[in-house]
Order: sequence, then C-alpha cells, then structure tokens
Amino acid sequence: MRKIRYREALREALREEMQRDPRVFVIGEDVGRYGGAYAVTQGLLQEFSPQRIIDAPMSEAIIVGAALGAAVVGGRPVAEIMYVDFATLAMDQIVNQAAKLHCMFGGQLIAPLVIRTQQGTGRGAGPQHSQSLEAWFAHVPGLKVVMPATPYDAKGLLKSAIRDNNPVIFIEHKGLYALEGEVPEEEYTIPLGVADIKRPGNNVTLIAYSYMVHTALAAAQELSQAGISAEVVDLRTLAPLDMDTVSASVFKTRRAVVIHEASQFGGFGAEIAASLQERLFDTLTAPVRRIGGLHVPLPAHSQLEKQVVPSVDQIVQVVKEMIGTPEMAAKHATTQTLCCKSI
Amino acid sequence: MEDRETLTNLYYTMLLIRRTEEKILELLLQGKLASSMCHVSIGQEAVATGVCSAMQPQDYLTSTHRGHGHIIARGGDLRRIIAELLGRATGYCKGRGGSMHLVDINLGHLGSNGIVGGHIGIATGAALWSKLQNADRVTVAFFGEGALTEGIFHEAANMAALWQLPIVFVCENNQYAMSLPWTHATAERSFARKGEAYGMPGVEVDGQDVLAVRQVALQAIERARHGEGPTLIGAQTYRFLGHSRGDPSPYRDKEEEARQRARDPIRLYQERLLQEGILTQADVDAIEAKVAEAIADAVRFAEESSPATLDSVLEDVFARQD
Repeated sequence: MRKIRYREALREALREEMQRDPRVFVIGEDVGRYGGAYAVTQGLLQEFSPQRIIDAPMSEAIIVGAALGAAVVGGRPVAEIMYVDFATLAMDQIVNQAAKLHCMFGGQLIAPLVIRTQQGTGRGAGPQHSQSLEAWFAHVPGLKVVMPATPYDAKGLLKSAIRDNNPVIFIEHKGLYALEGEVPEEEYTIPLGVADIKRPGNNVTLIAYSYMVHTALAAAQELSQAGISAEVVDLRTLAPLDMDTVSASVFKTRRAVVIHEASQFGGFGAEIAASLQERLFDTLTAPVRRIGGLHVPLPAHSQLEKQVVPSVDQIVQVVKEMIGTPEMAAKHATTQTLCCKSI
Repeated sequence: MEDRETLTNLYYTMLLIRRTEEKILELLLQGKLASSMCHVSIGQEAVATGVCSAMQPQDYLTSTHRGHGHIIARGGDLRRIIAELLGRATGYCKGRGGSMHLVDINLGHLGSNGIVGGHIGIATGAALWSKLQNADRVTVAFFGEGALTEGIFHEAANMAALWQLPIVFVCENNQYAMSLPWTHATAERSFARKGEAYGMPGVEVDGQDVLAVRQVALQAIERARHGEGPTLIGAQTYRFLGHSRGDPSPYRDKEEEARQRARDPIRLYQERLLQEGILTQADVDAIEAKVAEAIADAVRFAEESSPATLDSVLEDVFARQD
C-alpha cells in the first residue's frame, strides 16, 4: 500500500470532502496563501477558491463564531485554530455556543462544525504553544473530541468529523505531521467512537491516543524483549469514548496503564482509570496506573520539555513494576508476610 | 408615509411585547415559571418592533438574554414562548431553554443567548454563509450596549466590515449593563465614530421612536442586501425596570427614571397615531383587547401542555445523523 504523511492524509480528507460536498469550506489563520502553519492546507487555495479556503484575520473567537453561524444555516465549515493554546481565545464560542446549541434550543439548530487544531510537545515551543488540553473539551457535553495518531486514522476520522452533525474538536499533534503511514487510495471513513488495537498483547494494556500511541508502541516493543506482552489500545476519539474496547482488552490482560502528554493531574487518564476500576475491580491484578505529563507550565527548552512528558523508559519501568521482576515479586511476598504478621 | 396597516401592526406588536412581559412577570411572581432567570425589555419595545418590521421573511436574526421582544416582533408563536417559560414540552426549546434561549429556525430566528455578545459570532457566520452562497438574506444581530465592550463584538465588527457581510449590528443602548452606566463603560460614545473605526457607517437613533427606528433599519438592511456591507445602529432606549426580578435598580437616579418613563415608546406612538387620525380610541381599545386575548390563549395553551422531561434533554445532547 502507498505511504503518505499525516499532514498529507489530512489534506486528502479535506480535499475529498470539499469535492464531495460544496458546503464544506475551510476558515482560519494562514490557511490559504500560507497553506497552514503546519502545511496541512497547502495548495488547497489554488485547487479551490478564496471563498472555500478563507484566510481570516487573527481573531480566534470570530473564526469559530463565524464557522458556527455558517454551520447553523447550512454550511459545513472546518475552522482551523493554529495551536490548541489559542482555543482559549474562542472558548465561549466553543463551550457556551457550539456545544450547547443543539440541546439548549430543543434540537431546532445543529452545529456541524469541525475545529481542527494541533497540540503537544516536540518543538520546545513553550508554555503557550505546547499544551495538551483535550480533557477540557472532553468534559463539555455536546462536543466530540478526536485525536488521531496515524495518517490512516487522521484521514478516515477527519472525513467522519466533517460529515458529523455535531461540533467536533479535531486535535492533531505537531510531532506527527511528518509521520508516514499506509493510507489506501480508495475512499474510506472511520467512525467516531471506535478505539483501535494498535498492537495485540496479553500481559498488560497500554491505553493511549495521539502521539503517545507511538511512545506506547515503542515501550511495548521494548517490553517484548523482556518477555512481557503489551497490548496497545489507541482511543482515537475521547468523546464518544469506546470504553468497551478498552474494558475488553483489560479484562484479558488484567493490567492497565493510561498514558497521555497532558498533565496527569485532572487529566483524561483519570476518567479511564476510574471507569476501569468500576468495571473490572475484581479482575485487575494491580491498580490502574496513569503516566501523564508533570503539572507544570511547559518550558520553552527542548531538553527540559522532554522530561515533562511521558517517555518510553517510564512506561517500561511502570509496567515492570506492575508485573514484577523475580526480585520484585519476592519483595512483594515479604511485604505481604509482614502485613499478615502485624495483623 | 407608511400605510395604515403597517402603522397599526407596529402598535400591535409593541403592545403585545409589553403586555406579554407584564404577564411573564406576573407568572414569575406566582412561581409558575420553570426558571427564575428572566429579563424583560419593558421600555425598549420600539427597537425590536421597528427593526423586525424592516426585515424580510428570509432574513436571520440573533437575540439576547433580554429577547422576548425580538421573537415576538419577528412573529414568534406566543403559545410556544409562554410554554417555554413555563417549562412545557410544547415550548420552543421543549421547555428546557427558558426565557434566555428562545429560538425559531423557521422564522430565521437563530436563538437568543445567555452570554452577552456570544451570539454576535453566530450572526456574523450566518451573514458569511449568505454572502458565500449569494443568498438574498440579511442578518440582524441585536445586542445591548454591554456587548460593545466584549471582545467578540470587536472581532465580529472587524470581520463583517472587512468582508462586507450582509449584517446589521443593532445596539439597544438601554444605558445600563446591569448596574454600570455606559458612560462608565466606554470612552467613545458616538456610534458614528465607533462604526467609522471599523469601516462601517454608525447611525444613532431615538430608540423610543418606533418609526425612526424602522427608517434607520430599512436603510441599513437595504445596504446590506445590496452588498454594501454592515451598519452599526445605536438605538438609545431605556430599561424601565431593573436588570432582572431581584434588581430594584438603586444605582439609578429616580429623576432620571421618571424622565425616561415619560418617554414610554408605546404611549408616544399611541398619541401620535391618535393625533394623526390613524387610529381612533375605539381602535386602540380593540387592539388592547386583541392583545389580551392572544396572551390569555397562550397561557391557557401552556398550562394545558405536558411538562418537559429529562429524557428528552438526554436525547438531544448530540444531533443525530441525517
């Protein structure tokens, strides 16, 4: 199968949806002449028109607001917010308006709007350009949240997001745009709300999304050399959340680690961990572990930044702790004996 | 000169808004409203009435937390309005939206909004889509002067003028953002200069004079319809009552209130219609009776309707696919 980059897969999705449906248009900062800050929309202005690839003034609130208004009266806009950090400037439009419209107005209005943005570390871009804010959006009823990890998923999910009748926050990762992966030439879509097992395994389930799927896959590879078989589940969408696939995997492996770049404190991993213990408390052989970012404003310094977010080594270490090396198992047994004696 | 039917309709609409809101306050005091959040526009009826009378059926509007007048003036169904406030399943939002979230997509009413200025984005987007589609539709964004100091207004005004969108920004300046006088909120209080700063005409009008409002709105809507871009209208009006039920407005000078109340837009217009012989006292009385009957019918309908349910709210969190 042919291989293309994550950004090219996204561009193909936009192009195909714009060709398929004349109501689809793109609006955002530097999406036209510049081709997008991360080159996703490159060439689309030339292929389409300034009426369908709209360079907007630097006004995040009205970019989302205008996209929303157009969506309400028949358009299918894709608004681009250059960095998820800048979505803070449009939060009323996203949270109070787009997310609420359909339900608040008794189902009279719909808001079929996609907000494409990107987040995450990898460029040393600092505290205002590298955050991971997905938990904010997932917490708001009425929003769908999509976080693709591969070119294949990026294309199929973006096409579904554009066709969805609800506001979708589509969060890409700045560290993935150059990633190559297999993407078929033929038309396909991926439904929102279906997780994907990126690597099968039996001893532990690593639950991740976006860039961290690749970190988890690298950890799984390393663990396999130590004789530990890790299953990697890619959530792909946080809302709707495919808890059934996650639970089925953990039911099998009996151990779970949730991994994300966002601050661990109050992060989405807590939701997964809590749901797992509610569903599978008796099955689990160890507490569900979370590996998230440190709760700190990200330093604009590539080397320091790396230390804030989860690493392959960290995941490997946590899994080994959970499963236990021979000496850990011995230590565990001693502790238990001591506990029993004290009783 | 306007024809008699138009002039009469303007009077009927203003009176319908006034009497409906008086009834809403009565229902509120009786504890019959599903929510205590309720803001009336008594004293401001000429703005909603004059502007909506200048709109065409295909046009759009967005409205505010003080929006009963806008939906009534747009021809909204009084039964569904009252049912909504009483929390009934037959209401505009199935009884879950209440006073602040009235909407009627079939009338191009894209919703009233609880966030000051929040809906101006939606209005701008509706206008953008009309422009992209070459559709013959103008959007009117109603907002209070409190929204003038919100960022979204600035962003929307800039975008609308930049792209010459078919939109009319109607600022209902009732002089107070809750307790804050607008003289304490913004330094530049000339709508002409405010509009000019964004690259659009700014027009000030006496918001207590329904015919003056209508004239200004007709011109602005006409401009927008012909691709000449947005207009900022500043309609000077006054909120006769407090911000909401629990507000006796101690921050306002009582002499000022009396002076403003003397310029009641409905009474001013009624006097004019009687003086000019357009309506007789008998006509005025007949309109009053017609309004009362419409309200009584709406209240009856609402009270007989079944209550809103949580199940229906849960069903509507997400829109279904076509």
